[in-house]
Amino acid sequence: MASVEFQNVSKTFGSFTAVPDISFSIADGEFVCLLGPSGCGKTTSLRMIAGLETPSGGKVLIGGKDVTYLHPKDRQISMVFQDYALYPHMNLADNIAYPLKVRGEAEDKRHARAKEVADVLKIGDLMKRLPSQISGGQQQRTSLARALVYPSQVYLFDEPLSNLDAKLRLEARGFLNHLQRDMGMTAVYVTHDQAEAMALATRIAVMDKGRIVQFAPPIEIYRRPATTFVANFVGNPPMNLVPVEAMVDGGQLRLRADGLTLTGLPLSDDIAKAAAKGKMTLGVRPEHLRMAEAGDANTITGKLFANENMGPESLVTMERADGGRVTARIFTDDEIRTDDHVTLAFDTRHVTLFDDTGARIPEIGE
Amino acid sequence: MQISRSIYMRRAIFSVAASLVGVVFALPLVWFIFAPFNARAELGLAIPSPFTLSNFVTVFQNSFAMHALLNSLIQAFGGVILVGGAATLAAYALSRSSIPGKRAVTYILLLFSSVVSGSAAMVPIFLIISAIGLIDTHLAVILVFAGGLLPTAMFILRDFIDAIPKSYEESAMVAGASPIQTFFDVALPVIRPGIVVVVVWAFVNIWGSFLIPFILLRKDTLMPASVAIYSFYSEAGTPIVTLLAAYSLIYSLPVIVLYLFVNWKFGFRFFGGIKS
Ligand SMILES: Nc1ncnc2c1ncn2[C@@H]1O[C@H](COP(=O)(O)OP(=O)(O)OP(=O)(O)O)[C@@H](O)[C@H]1O
Ligand SMILES: [Mg+2]
Repeated sequence: MASVEFQNVSKTFGSFTAVPDISFSIADGEFVCLLGPSGCGKTTSLRMIAGLETPSGGKVLIGGKDVTYLHPKDRQISMVFQDYALYPHMNLADNIAYPLKVRGEAEDKRHARAKEVADVLKIGDLMKRLPSQISGGQQQRTSLARALVYPSQVYLFDEPLSNLDAKLRLEARGFLNHLQRDMGMTAVYVTHDQAEAMALATRIAVMDKGRIVQFAPPIEIYRRPATTFVANFVGNPPMNLVPVEAMVDGGQLRLRADGLTLTGLPLSDDIAKAAAKGKMTLGVRPEHLRMAEAGDANTITGKLFANENMGPESLVTMERADGGRVTARIFTDDEIRTDDHVTLAFDTRHVTLFDDTGARIPEIGE
Repeated sequence: MQISRSIYMRRAIFSVAASLVGVVFALPLVWFIFAPFNARAELGLAIPSPFTLSNFVTVFQNSFAMHALLNSLIQAFGGVILVGGAATLAAYALSRSSIPGKRAVTYILLLFSSVVSGSAAMVPIFLIISAIGLIDTHLAVILVFAGGLLPTAMFILRDFIDAIPKSYEESAMVAGASPIQTFFDVALPVIRPGIVVVVVWAFVNIWGSFLIPFILLRKDTLMPASVAIYSFYSEAGTPIVTLLAAYSLIYSLPVIVLYLFVNWKFGFRFFGGIKS
């Protein structure tokens, strides 16, 4: 296992800049997820670690060694491709054992090792089949087995679960999590599924347009999103963001928008400075909203837009007068009044504030 | 009722028409199979009576024609190996590398290839070959065929390789394979169905070609079957139908055998493809 470091890495394709400038470092044994919308440069970054793409500028280090121009074969890495890339003319045994074959391992030895790994992944009895003769989930595990069959410095995954159905995906996710705990592998895992990133990562790098917006542990990303972009990307459903007018009133912050007033928020220097500009974005997670009761001071009201029952909970979405939507996650035990108007109450402790540029305003005492 | 009857009528008419067309095409083939076993020269269709192998005996005694079959094999195999090998390497490079203007290269070659194998270029080709001193050698025929067929072969194969995801080779490289290992272990087997198509196509082309060997070769001992077949014409230039038919049947066998062999061994698939 080894660390991975990017020093001012950039990548341009012709005149298009896919990655303008990225620097980060991943410690030995970390499981890092690259999370971001389609086309933000996740795959490109991963391929630069693998050596399948040469950076246009900057340095890539693996285990402290500069590998920027090293051929992939000399990097001692494993990669699971999004399309699995199983060799169609080799049976599973040969597919899984291929990395050992190029390392000069004898046939019986490498097949024994391949069988070992395959057994762990529950595909041990399919070894004589061709990739075209097994199911999608089995193909995915074969490709995983091929990546795990030899010792690697870094394990790279490019959306390995995106082609699986929901149930298989959960199963594979659990398996990867177990593997990480078991082996303590250094892994870089590309996904655009925030739930997958939250579940697997020790740290998440949220990317947008070829830049890393925030690089932090999942809980930090969830609790303290650096920008409205991150807030909008993480959480299921993501954080509600409401543009508000801000003013300071008697040593307290007061926020106002259509159907919403929020008072009694404590003030700090940072907050006061942002409030002086008059505009802020109020962020509140769906799980921190509840149906309002009489006497609730801080509420938000609007017309009911959707009410989706998910079993133990419901997603109630309302549309405010200015067209903005707010979703709440309500435990179904609470009675949901699904008449025309919905009033939701929130707890001021669970409010996140962003300034007019979309950057999070530090909490008091942070 | 009315409607279904008219559909029935239409189908019947279509079937009859299709059968007629089929028969028109099948008749020469039937003649081609029957005529060699007929002792009498007959251009009409007739079940051979008496059934005889005497035509074949005569043909087998014609050592020039028999040797020509061997020459055809030498030239076709030589050409096929050259075209198959060179086209695979060239198409792979053109598909996978990022040489600027690589598309233009293929198209320009394709344009010239129609000139090379066309009869207009015969005089310059003859002059070039004789300048190199290769007139009257198998190599001359093989080289000229390769030059003519290579661009089209490259074009077909490049298209085929373009459709194969790069991730096969990338995963091999990441797994530790050198570029050579990657090519032979992973790329080549995946490209093989495309190579098979090109090889069969090139073989059939060379096997049936008359003009190039006729111009480049002098010695009887080097002539391929496509030229030797004219030894079954009388001095006056009329074909000796019985022998011609027998020789033609023998002449066509290698192509049929090749087709059956390839179909059995590889199957004619024309796709690369990853998972479904
Ligand atoms: N070979 C290439 N040539 C030109 N542009 C490319 C190339 N590869 C990637 N790009 C561009 O670079 C940007 C980043 O691509 P990348 O594949 O890294 O995105 P991604 O974050 O992995 O997206 P997705 O989630 O859809 O897989 C995209 O806009 C893409 O169009
Ligand atoms: Mg991608």
